[in-house]
Amino acid sequence: MNAKLKEINDMEMTSRSQNAFSLQEAVSPELRPLALKVEAGERLTREDGIRLFRSQDLLGIGRLAQVVRRRLHGDRAYFVYNQHINYTNICINRCRFCAFARDPGQEGGFLLSPDQVEEKVRSRLHEPIQEIHIVGGLHPGLGLDYAVELLRRIRRLRPETALKAFTAVEVDHFARKEGCSAEEVLQELKKAGLSALPGGGAEVFSERLRHRLFPRKISAQRWLAIMEAAHSLGIPTNATLLYGHMETMEERVEHLLMLREQQDRSGGFMAFIPLAFHPKNTALSHLPRTSGWDDLKVIAAARLILDNIPHIKAYWVMIGPKLAQVALSFGADDLDGTVLEEKISHMAGAETAQGMTPAELHDLIGRAGFRSVQRDAFYGEVSGCLA
Amino acid sequence: MSCLRSVTEKVRDGARVTLEEALLLHEEADLLELGDLARWRRFAANPHRVVTYVVDRNINYTNVCLSRCRFCAFHRGPGDPDAYILDRGALAEKIHETLKLGGTQILLQGGLHPDLGLDEILEMLRWIRQHFSIHVHGFSPPEIVHMARGAGLPLEETLLRLKEAGLGSIPGGGAEILVDRVRKEISPRKCTADEWLEVMRVAHGLGIPSTATMMFGHVETVEERIRHLEAVRSLQDETGGFTAFIPWAFQPHHTRLGGTPATAVEYLRTLAVSRIFLDNIPHIQASWVTQGDKVAQVALEFGADDFGSTMIEENVVAAAGVRFRISRERMEQLIQDAGYTPRQRDTFYRWL
Repeated sequence: MNAKLKEINDMEMTSRSQNAFSLQEAVSPELRPLALKVEAGERLTREDGIRLFRSQDLLGIGRLAQVVRRRLHGDRAYFVYNQHINYTNICINRCRFCAFARDPGQEGGFLLSPDQVEEKVRSRLHEPIQEIHIVGGLHPGLGLDYAVELLRRIRRLRPETALKAFTAVEVDHFARKEGCSAEEVLQELKKAGLSALPGGGAEVFSERLRHRLFPRKISAQRWLAIMEAAHSLGIPTNATLLYGHMETMEERVEHLLMLREQQDRSGGFMAFIPLAFHPKNTALSHLPRTSGWDDLKVIAAARLILDNIPHIKAYWVMIGPKLAQVALSFGADDLDGTVLEEKISHMAGAETAQGMTPAELHDLIGRAGFRSVQRDAFYGEVSGCLA
Repeated sequence: MSCLRSVTEKVRDGARVTLEEALLLHEEADLLELGDLARWRRFAANPHRVVTYVVDRNINYTNVCLSRCRFCAFHRGPGDPDAYILDRGALAEKIHETLKLGGTQILLQGGLHPDLGLDEILEMLRWIRQHFSIHVHGFSPPEIVHMARGAGLPLEETLLRLKEAGLGSIPGGGAEILVDRVRKEISPRKCTADEWLEVMRVAHGLGIPSTATMMFGHVETVEERIRHLEAVRSLQDETGGFTAFIPWAFQPHHTRLGGTPATAVEYLRTLAVSRIFLDNIPHIQASWVTQGDKVAQVALEFGADDFGSTMIEENVVAAAGVRFRISRERMEQLIQDAGYTPRQRDTFYRWL
């Protein structure tokens, strides 16, 4: 089937499932005004967002999100063959929700030399890896030189692979170390081979929570400014929200709206990734893990509010492959990828496996009734690559 | 499509669906639409925004089993080094602990041990009754068939003696898929579908209620799943003795049958179709044991109204490499988070 035909087919599928029950009838009364807006393709307001989070009609929220998801992506669901590298867990920020970071000199701290990073990449050169995801702590001794060195070395080994590296928080750290602007840092990184920025470090855009949970981390304004700088340099990025700790529903909605405004201005966000807080081994270990409802609600609300960000990721490492699969029907269109060596959430007690094979991801998507698309870092389809 | 639409309307009208219609729903309906229909039926059957759970413990009195089903990772041969029969001391300790944690029942099940006959089981029941005040939810139909055969007694007499000795209700295990083609393939030495149903028929007739289960996601077709539901529904029309239905997904690790488990989406579809099809069974349990607590919570939108048991102890699914755990606080938190009131219940689904 050619692409155009497929598209028509998808549209038909969507309208058929809508006709089977009008969207308004399908949701509980408090969601009906939203159903009208969704059908008309209208932008949701702050109040609409809060209404979504307050509603107990999980299926109704899901059905609204599914309309938008199918409009954008039909029955496609994406995954990527990727590799994760965490180069250090030594971090001067010491956010209270983090189980990964260590102080300089503390037991369990690690720092990978450029040689060690190179070895990690070299050891998997035979694999069809599309994207390498590189993030680390704010090591007091590491500056831009180190970051540039990593990118150059990996770029030499893997000229075709996308390097999605360094969150806005790390970019800011390099800028401060060098006494230069974030733009200058980004330019240097780009020259060294950077392809995209991951969306981490956004946490929750709330000064109230920043003071209580991550006082040394950059502010929302700084995070957004660095993203804007990246976008203007042609470096696409992702965006995240860390939820399920002490934030209110209003703060979640505010966060999503700030991302939406930023996207209106700079347009470079590819995907939004809600990150479920994992309390184990953190300073907030008394809090419960997120619930399945919460995970699905955040995904669906993000799909509905972020009308200008193309992809919503159900990150299986965080919420488990089972719920991630279900999330494909609640607005998500991407499961992230094979991952293999994830440290940050596993140190916070994530009970998921370390990795999944492309065949497993393909199977998971197919058995949810979606068509799996193996993608590159920029959501281009990789053909015939199910390794 | 128009056909799917008419089935949808039928479900909303509260009408009974046929095997073909259930099959159509399972295969064609959008996942969330299917959930919506199941939720509709759930509230029709059970209008309270309450989700129940029971505090109990699985006690497996032996792991020796003559059935040696291919899907099972728990059974052992009589001569295996880790074969066991629980002694009275261990049994007492487990029941004590259950009571201390606010438990109201024990789920007492075991393999088909060649040396444990009806007399030994009756003695165990009497001993429990003598020492403890706790409801015994015990002995799935294959065990009862095994005891009746060993004792050379009819089912009715066997069940009557069990009841007199203290058996309160029967778990719905061993049903697997109630289609003999499937049973021959996965559990050839286990009782037939008709025998399973007959045990339940006789038990219900004697005033012993039971649950019913379905283990799916192995060699059966979706149609065979629905034929299973049909067998359960017909018997329920006759006896009314099933309190709840519990579908759960086969867990293949360490089993001879092997394969990949049903995914969460497949689980939710089957759960929803079960709720829609079984219009005469009041309660449907979510299975956190096989799905994890998050998907089990989501199952509350797909027709489930009961979170099952806190399971202070569980051995059979754990033997197949799946070790989800849940505390009572977590269970209550998940139920509340989904907008329901959690209520501890007894075996008969009465709120405590």
